[in-house]
Amino acid sequence: MIKTESRMDFTRASAGPKPDTVYLFGTCLIDLLYPQAGVSAVHLFEREGVNVIFPQTQTCCGQPAWNSGYRDEALAVARAQLKLFPRPIPIIVPSASCAGMIKVHYPALFKDEPDEASVFDVVNRVYELTEFLTDILKVNLTDLGEPTTVAVHSSCTARREMNVADRIDSLLDQLQNVTRIEPDNAEECCGFGGTFAIKQPEISTAMVLEKAKAIENTGAQQLIGQDCGCLMNIGGALKKQDSQISHVHIAEFLWDRTHKAKP
Amino acid sequence: MTTKYRKQFSNALAQHEVRNNTENVINKLRKHRLAAFPDQAEWVNLRRHSTAIRVNAISKLPQLLEQLEINLQRNGIQVHWADTTEQANQTVLNIMRFHDARFVIKGKSMVSEEMGLNDFLNTHGIECLESDLGELIIQLAAEKPSHMIVPALHKNRKQIARLFHRQFPSIPYTEDISALAQAARRFLRHHFATAPVGLTGVNFMIAETGTLCLVENEGNGRMCSTAPPVHIAVSGIEKVVECLDDVPPLLGILTRSATGQPITTYVNMISSPRKPNEKDGPTAVHLILLDNGRSRIYSDPELRDTLNCIRCGACMNHCPIYKHIGGHAYQTVIPGPIGTILEPQKNGLDSYGELTQASTLCGACQEVCPVSIPIPKIINRLRWEHIRKNSYSTSGAGSGRRKTEAIIWKIWVWNCIHPGAYNRITSVATSMRRLTDRILAKISPWTTARAVPRLPDTTLHERLKALEIDNE
Repeated sequence: MIKTESRMDFTRASAGPKPDTVYLFGTCLIDLLYPQAGVSAVHLFEREGVNVIFPQTQTCCGQPAWNSGYRDEALAVARAQLKLFPRPIPIIVPSASCAGMIKVHYPALFKDEPDEASVFDVVNRVYELTEFLTDILKVNLTDLGEPTTVAVHSSCTARREMNVADRIDSLLDQLQNVTRIEPDNAEECCGFGGTFAIKQPEISTAMVLEKAKAIENTGAQQLIGQDCGCLMNIGGALKKQDSQISHVHIAEFLWDRTHKAKP
Repeated sequence: MTTKYRKQFSNALAQHEVRNNTENVINKLRKHRLAAFPDQAEWVNLRRHSTAIRVNAISKLPQLLEQLEINLQRNGIQVHWADTTEQANQTVLNIMRFHDARFVIKGKSMVSEEMGLNDFLNTHGIECLESDLGELIIQLAAEKPSHMIVPALHKNRKQIARLFHRQFPSIPYTEDISALAQAARRFLRHHFATAPVGLTGVNFMIAETGTLCLVENEGNGRMCSTAPPVHIAVSGIEKVVECLDDVPPLLGILTRSATGQPITTYVNMISSPRKPNEKDGPTAVHLILLDNGRSRIYSDPELRDTLNCIRCGACMNHCPIYKHIGGHAYQTVIPGPIGTILEPQKNGLDSYGELTQASTLCGACQEVCPVSIPIPKIINRLRWEHIRKNSYSTSGAGSGRRKTEAIIWKIWVWNCIHPGAYNRITSVATSMRRLTDRILAKISPWTTARAVPRLPDTTLHERLKALEIDNE
């Protein structure tokens, strides 16, 4: 696959000192449907000696409205999130899609607004979870789990918007007993697309069925991804077909395999 | 609500043979393209260069068009301007009548498709014959192209064999590709020799030299532009480039993006009609420059990038939506991602606005676009204009606004900017998950192919509060 030419310059002082505190922006989908992914992210950070702040008044990044053309509505919701992260510390988002909304689309959304300048302060501190674990925390993982095989689905936003799709692979490759399998047509969209799945359900269905088949064909035990929208979509299709493949967010998978359960 | 397009898409999804044919061809085109850009750094550089050439040309569009006209006329090529497709059609008709011609042989031209030229000329007693093999297949089948570069890609060999056998009963039935091509060749040859007028599209118009550049693989473009005594070229105004030096990089990236070829079999540089001392070539060459909404697109700095397109088709070859629904489902002249942004701008959001919903914004189109058109960004912009209360730059803006949808978004905003309410609602949803699961199961579009997502017993907010994670 021809690699994406970056839309933005993401070459931040990629090393930099390891922060002692970070914000977590949990995302509404994880909040409501996959909370353990968010909890696992907190555990992973704390194990690295990083304290986590989770502003309890956070809700949604505004992406559903933005992608639907409802810009005023997206702006109102985005503005409510902006002021929740005042301290000059990284903001970690366990979703490339929501991270991309803030990082790539907030500057366009707030263009010519009175608070335009303050957006960049937030935007420049946003990291997608796997990006933060590899590039900043440089985690070293020790696999404590049984041998298993996993299929990876990297989201389109991880691939083409945040350009971090290789981070999930390198994290999984640190786990000795995990064999990672790339499904056919891995770079193709799963058909979720947020409100697309509701507005064009027939096309969305055709796309997710093809994707689920490709995942099924890997013979993997689990499907891993960095975006819960795709996981909910593909995982839901797999489950409907009584597939044995379960789906899990990368944060939860990593934490489950690398910590000793308390007796 | 099942809309015109959703019905159309559902019908397209039920056409399994068309889907297989489409997928087979675009998978090949993807492989060929990939093999044509083995060096990532070279791709990045060539793309940057090509993008700069197109951005430069479009930014100077009015001046370059004036310069182009002067230089074309100096070379003896007659220039005609057409604001609308009706004017363009009428111009073709006038030229045909002037030469007392009742037959035109055509090379491949998407602009002539945009004009609906064949139908128009037919109603005026003029016969048109497509000479590009793919276009000929489409014409014989009385269909429309389903792809910009490979117009008959939705048909497989057997279907084409049956079609040819019906249309040319004298030729024995064959599924052999070269035999089928030979049959078409023999049929066309006579017409090339006798047609009074040839009509083609244009790939690039060079302002500096007054030259028309036309690429093709079958030699039919050269035949159409040289054998008949009159050659008519039709082009959108955006195909202009500033100078001759701009052409080689664009050609290289165009053919590699389209079919993976380093260059096409034929590259025609048309610079004048036959000169007094020359033995061949048409005695008259005309260029019809079609606007049809392009000036309006040009006038908006964000939408203007739409005009950078060099019609390679890579965006449709890499689009998962196009792969599944095929080109005809778009019901536009140009299908796929570029059609999704171009057609609503040209023809109005009121009739074509729903097309902008046919995208997951996955970005595959932009990734392969040789001139870096930000297609997802423009789709997003057009979705906004489609539902905007006050009209904006594109015709038909605001036509997609629905009261119920607007109210749903208002409620969503209220919920998201009142964290207390948000937390109570999400908390109730999870704690009463048996009931919510049952409600979710009723959301049929989602659950026809997917299991209902199971809600957890508590939200992330609640779990992190219980773990005493800092709040600020």
